[in-house]
Amino acid sequence: MSTILVRYGEIALKGRNRGQFEQQLHRNLKGALQNLDATIIRHRGRFSVHCPDAALQKVTMRLGRIFGLVSFSPVYETVHDIEAIKAAAAAIVKELPSGNKTFKIMARRSNKDYPYNSPELNQILGAHLLQCYPDLTVQLDDPSSILEVEIGYQNTYLYLERIPGPGGLPVGSSGRALLLLSGGIDSPVAGWLAMKRGLSFEAVHFHSFPLTSKRSQEKVVDLCRKLMLYGHNIPLHEVSVTKIQEALRKNCPADLSVILLRRMMLRLAEKLCELRKLKVLVTGENLGQVASQTLDSIDVISKATRMLILRPLISFDKLEITAIAEKIDTYETSILPYEDCCTIFVPASPVTKPKLAVIERFEQNLDLDLLLEEALETLETQIIK
Amino acid sequence: MKEIYLDNSATTPLYSEVIDLMNRVQEQVFGNPSAMHEKGIAAEKVIDTARRQVARVLAVSDQEIVFTSGGTEANNLAICGSARRNRKRGSHLITTVFEHPSVLNCFRYLEQEGFTVSYLPVNQDGLIDLEMLQCEITSATTLVSIMHVNNEIGSVLPLAAIGPLIKIKNPRTLFHLDAVQSFTKLPVDPLGWQADLISCSSHKIHGPKGAGCLWIRKGTLMDPLFHGGGQELGMRSGTENTAAIAGFGLAAQLSENDQRDKTAKMMSLKTAFLREIEKQGITFVINGPNPDNAAPHILNLAFPGFKAELLLHSLEEKKIYVSAGSACHSRHPKPSHVLNAIGLQDDLPASSLRFSFSALNSLAEVTLAAHETADTIRHLKSLINQ
Repeated sequence: MSTILVRYGEIALKGRNRGQFEQQLHRNLKGALQNLDATIIRHRGRFSVHCPDAALQKVTMRLGRIFGLVSFSPVYETVHDIEAIKAAAAAIVKELPSGNKTFKIMARRSNKDYPYNSPELNQILGAHLLQCYPDLTVQLDDPSSILEVEIGYQNTYLYLERIPGPGGLPVGSSGRALLLLSGGIDSPVAGWLAMKRGLSFEAVHFHSFPLTSKRSQEKVVDLCRKLMLYGHNIPLHEVSVTKIQEALRKNCPADLSVILLRRMMLRLAEKLCELRKLKVLVTGENLGQVASQTLDSIDVISKATRMLILRPLISFDKLEITAIAEKIDTYETSILPYEDCCTIFVPASPVTKPKLAVIERFEQNLDLDLLLEEALETLETQIIK
Repeated sequence: MKEIYLDNSATTPLYSEVIDLMNRVQEQVFGNPSAMHEKGIAAEKVIDTARRQVARVLAVSDQEIVFTSGGTEANNLAICGSARRNRKRGSHLITTVFEHPSVLNCFRYLEQEGFTVSYLPVNQDGLIDLEMLQCEITSATTLVSIMHVNNEIGSVLPLAAIGPLIKIKNPRTLFHLDAVQSFTKLPVDPLGWQADLISCSSHKIHGPKGAGCLWIRKGTLMDPLFHGGGQELGMRSGTENTAAIAGFGLAAQLSENDQRDKTAKMMSLKTAFLREIEKQGITFVINGPNPDNAAPHILNLAFPGFKAELLLHSLEEKKIYVSAGSACHSRHPKPSHVLNAIGLQDDLPASSLRFSFSALNSLAEVTLAAHETADTIRHLKSLINQ
């Protein structure tokens, strides 16, 4: 059996909500470690995970994706007997790759009845290691390895590394959102960042089949599969905006069509939120990236709804977004070329400073309710798991 | 809405008899065909039956049929296997510019190995200049590879003339013919055409994917691509895919039954489709040869001003399945090499659709499909011309 200590940081500061956050994290841990034969034990201020040795690799890989975790350490577990601890320390240090020749020991005891205090433990264990391995040197300032020793009430943990977790808050602890998922590079990253701050989400994808390929819809499914690894199963709603695009094409100037379409998408998203009881919209909008994302455009677009819209990427540079997309493995899927395949409707020069009054005047020529209703009739939902 | 499948040159639905047979074979005949016990013998028998069925269609000896994983492997084996084996005699090879990628890319690869390849141009009807072919053949030419029917535009190459012409110029030059699109659809005459190697595929004739064959004229020396247990006359090591091969054999036999009637039916479907679309009065261009002289099942049309993918998806919405003459990727437009080879200009390659029929299509289906195609064009036109 292997044991891993799992630490969370920010949650511990959350005062009266702390219990809820811990429970959510516990649930998320259980969900993430499904089918790995792992048991999770809740301690004061942290968790320990116990799993068969063969599953350790998979467990640490999955732990690395759980928001709310600050760090975790595979540990060597032994009893309180000082000789046993000495032997364990020697065994761990023996496994160190050559080159790690300087070390220090950081002992702690939460069990204050233990006969040795921390400095004494540091001394005893350090002396023992120097005796076992004459080429080692103790170095308190910036050593190549730190051996941490924790004396608990039942047993003793020893470990060399703290693997950083992704930080953030447990997914689900901040509420439920609707992510507008286009299939491009930005929106999956926005979804990931929303999860990072504890939002769980459902996703909506607006497609314009047959103006675009069905493969672009498959791409969105693939993106959900990647995002799912960081949180939970994702309900994915797909809505056709083909009819809306056609109506805009017939009744409105081409250079306003993107703004008008985005407004319709927000209205559809709002209706979906009512239906699914979701509180907030999350988009991949990024200030200044394209014509529909100038300050004026974002302003006019967002006035189509009264809902709160979160834009986690608003001030990111493209390179920063791409770096995250690569880290969370959505980049390769996002750049598959299906998306804009047959965009016969994208105007060559869309407006960058739309006027709300003008936009609203064109919308008066449209039967908005009917268009929205027709679009919602095309709603198809699947749960990505 | 009933589905109308007009992408039969990409792949075909399976005959139900083939599915039944394959299920039975999967369940009951699981033995390794090379095993010595009766389980193995039963599997070997199934494969031998298929071998005879395929051989009968080509009117060749069943001892000359090597089963492969499909047309691509058959083409690879034919081209790389013969070119490498005969390298001592010469390193010049000939093919055409509008072959299937599984042929063209073999030649490109062989060029890296030091072979010289002549790529014959084709005219707007998708035919090669026989004089040019004759001029290209030298004493160093070891292989000529030419397709029977082009998969995109349906032109039928005059192999009865080509084969003898090759052999007169250099009797030792091998003649490979890629019959993937014509097998069981048009008569293929290996002996009369003096061919040495013929590639066929199962899934284009209502058989399963994962099976095909290469006919290798007796005495033709070849290097195998796969090395191993020496199955398939040593030409294709690896435990045979018994069920797929059985399905292939039966599909070949069923397709060959009343082949003339089926060919005539496909031809009439194609003609009816064309008539209907002409009647609708929309603008289109026929790519490649005059349909009356082309393969019965392939029709390639350009609709100027419309992106092929847009048309394809619009038809898909109506459950009509066709294929685009070119893949339109927003950032990397990759027009079809065949449509470029026959000299299509401007945006025509990117506006082309291929409609391909099978004897399982009905007259009502294709008429409806033609009608819907015209409707789609009209609808899109009304959106674009705002």
